[in-house]
Amino acid sequence: MAHLQETAVKQINEICDRYVGENTPLMMILSDVQKEYGYIPLEVQEIISKRTGVSVAEIYGVVTFYSFFSLKPKGKYVIGVCLGTACYVKGAQQVIDKFSELLNIKAGETTDDGLFTIDALRCIGACGIAPAVTINGKVYPKVSVSAVKDIVEEYKAKEN
Amino acid sequence: MAKMINIKIEGVPFQVEEGLTILEAAKKCGFEIPSLCAYNHGECSKASCRVCLVEATGARGLVASCVYPIAEGMEITISSPKAVEARRMSVELILSNHNRECQECDKNGKCELLHVAKLTGARENYYNGEKTAVTIDKLTPAIKRDTSKCVLCGRCIERCKNAHGLGILGFENRGFNTIVAPAENRSFANSPCIMCGQCVSVCPTGALMEVSEIEKVDAAFKAGKFVVVQTAPAVRAALGEEFDMPIGTRVTGKMVSALRRLGFKRVFDTNFAADLTIMEEATELLGRITNGGTLPMITSCSPGWVNYCEYNYPELLDHLSSCKSPHEMFGAILKNYWAEKNGIDPKDLFVVSIMPCTAKKYEKTRPELSVNGLQDVDAVLTTRELGKLIKRAGIRFDKLPDEKFDNDIVGEYTGAGVIFGVTGGVMEAALRTAAFVLNGKELEKVELTDVRGFEGVKEATYVLGGKEVKVAVAHGMKNASVLLEQIKAGNSPYHFIEIMGCPGGCVAGGGQPFVKPCFLPNESDDILDTYKQKRAGALYQEDELSVIRASHNNEQVKKLYEDFLEKPNSHKAHELLHTHYAGKEKFKN
Repeated sequence: MAHLQETAVKQINEICDRYVGENTPLMMILSDVQKEYGYIPLEVQEIISKRTGVSVAEIYGVVTFYSFFSLKPKGKYVIGVCLGTACYVKGAQQVIDKFSELLNIKAGETTDDGLFTIDALRCIGACGIAPAVTINGKVYPKVSVSAVKDIVEEYKAKEN
Repeated sequence: MAKMINIKIEGVPFQVEEGLTILEAAKKCGFEIPSLCAYNHGECSKASCRVCLVEATGARGLVASCVYPIAEGMEITISSPKAVEARRMSVELILSNHNRECQECDKNGKCELLHVAKLTGARENYYNGEKTAVTIDKLTPAIKRDTSKCVLCGRCIERCKNAHGLGILGFENRGFNTIVAPAENRSFANSPCIMCGQCVSVCPTGALMEVSEIEKVDAAFKAGKFVVVQTAPAVRAALGEEFDMPIGTRVTGKMVSALRRLGFKRVFDTNFAADLTIMEEATELLGRITNGGTLPMITSCSPGWVNYCEYNYPELLDHLSSCKSPHEMFGAILKNYWAEKNGIDPKDLFVVSIMPCTAKKYEKTRPELSVNGLQDVDAVLTTRELGKLIKRAGIRFDKLPDEKFDNDIVGEYTGAGVIFGVTGGVMEAALRTAAFVLNGKELEKVELTDVRGFEGVKEATYVLGGKEVKVAVAHGMKNASVLLEQIKAGNSPYHFIEIMGCPGGCVAGGGQPFVKPCFLPNESDDILDTYKQKRAGALYQEDELSVIRASHNNEQVKKLYEDFLEKPNSHKAHELLHTHYAGKEKFKN
């Protein structure tokens, strides 16, 4: 715990205190921390544990159960490829493989320059536009394998 | 009185209490539904194993009887082909992701998975496929974890939370990759585990076990060491269970003769050192009270508790008595006094402790528990391991004669020493001696019933030397934390607190024989709620049978002070019998 700055500890405690009256506050706390910091490392889980009384092992279990939560920092652009049933039958696996090939990382990993993370998502509820891809909240409908390169270039261009 | 309702099992009508699960109701009506994950009062992950499936009217499909409540008019079928096949499949699927090297498994003979496999008629290797990646953690000297044998029942998780409020273990990852582990799948060694072994005592399989030291003891014999043994009080109250004796049978005499037959050169009772501990601890307490030292003083016999304090309340470590635990004291006396008296080179002396405890295995490796580079205690075996040794040697335990402990300069013990094995016992023993020191006369009644029993936190006030002394007793860290928070807040009213790591004290320690109802057909249905009392009863009985019942009247302890240690808390005593503590980082990298 010693590795975190006091301001960070204070902020995480504040997030915990938002849900004091709730029956099961853990999901909400983790969700807020994930949004605020982009990931939930063990040091942060320890602070949440101390504040809420939920064991670190249980928090770690929840963080590793839901793919929305992350233990490691994510890239500046998080590419979420839906692999739910509808997207999958429409070729989402080929789409995610193409992203992997172009960025040279596997699903769940982040590029060395910290720009891109690929997330394999289960159904995001956008079956009508399958296969669906989201990047930092922006939705790309009916993505074909051939469109992947342009999408990547679009974000790379922003950085130049 | 709970409302009675009508149900039918296999077409036979019964009246049972409302609110029971199908599993519980069936048991009362004379049916044993095979079940695996369910443990006492729902200590499990809530119906994850699907081994107890039955048919019940009003339900859609089969139901898990361990969580499904009975209802008026419900008709339950255990033996329909559908239910029988479903239960068998559940077990076969668990076995398909299980390490099936059963013969070499430490749990061989006590495995609940094998038991339900037999009950459900699971077919060998029926489903074969991929297996979840395996973690084997053998880093600590106390407890090992092998995920290849885990059935994900969650009992260990619940036990750690219920007993200690800790929750070191949890479910990790999801689906096929799910494992039970400390956060980050760390070793117990790098997480704030207190090594109490409560998780081991509820694990249905060999996934969690003590680290065996039988080979270490074998090696000492082979190397021609002078191997002596000491046994903790709680061992005698439970060892008989390893040989199918009823829970609560006191087997002191048979245990001693078994140990002699195993080749130990001397068989000592740790109780001698418990008496010594009382002399040191009572003196330390009186010193603190008189000289304005840190109060309340807290006992330090339980290594699980000491670990807990070091991890979670490092700021309170000054409250701990500096006394080593009794078996460590005994080891130090044997190596630094007794050996010389007997013409034995302390380097050749190998001290084995038989303990009801897994944390003692870790404790003995603490560097501060050595004198002149010699570890006070060389090996710690659990009660269960002693059972294995006796069986291995072909000794028929029930046929053994009753023999007495060695009494060779050291070894005599009092009734006060023997009750160390149960919650409240150390307090009672200490008070017997403190009362004598402060009142100048013996207690009229040595049984101090206020500190007996299994209440989570017990408290009492005694007038000693004209002064009120307030004491409290807690067992299990969840209960202890109540008293610790009071100290932290500066409003603890107590002078002296006894804390034992395991709920119930050492009689229910993590190294004691497994209490698994499925292997105890002759015990009552509520055995999981009564076994601690039964074992404690054996210790209180031994106390009652003792002629001398207070530590300060132990003649050999007195002589030890006269000849060697001078007086309690002397310089020499501090050198050999006392220790120190330090805060620990919870998640070391």
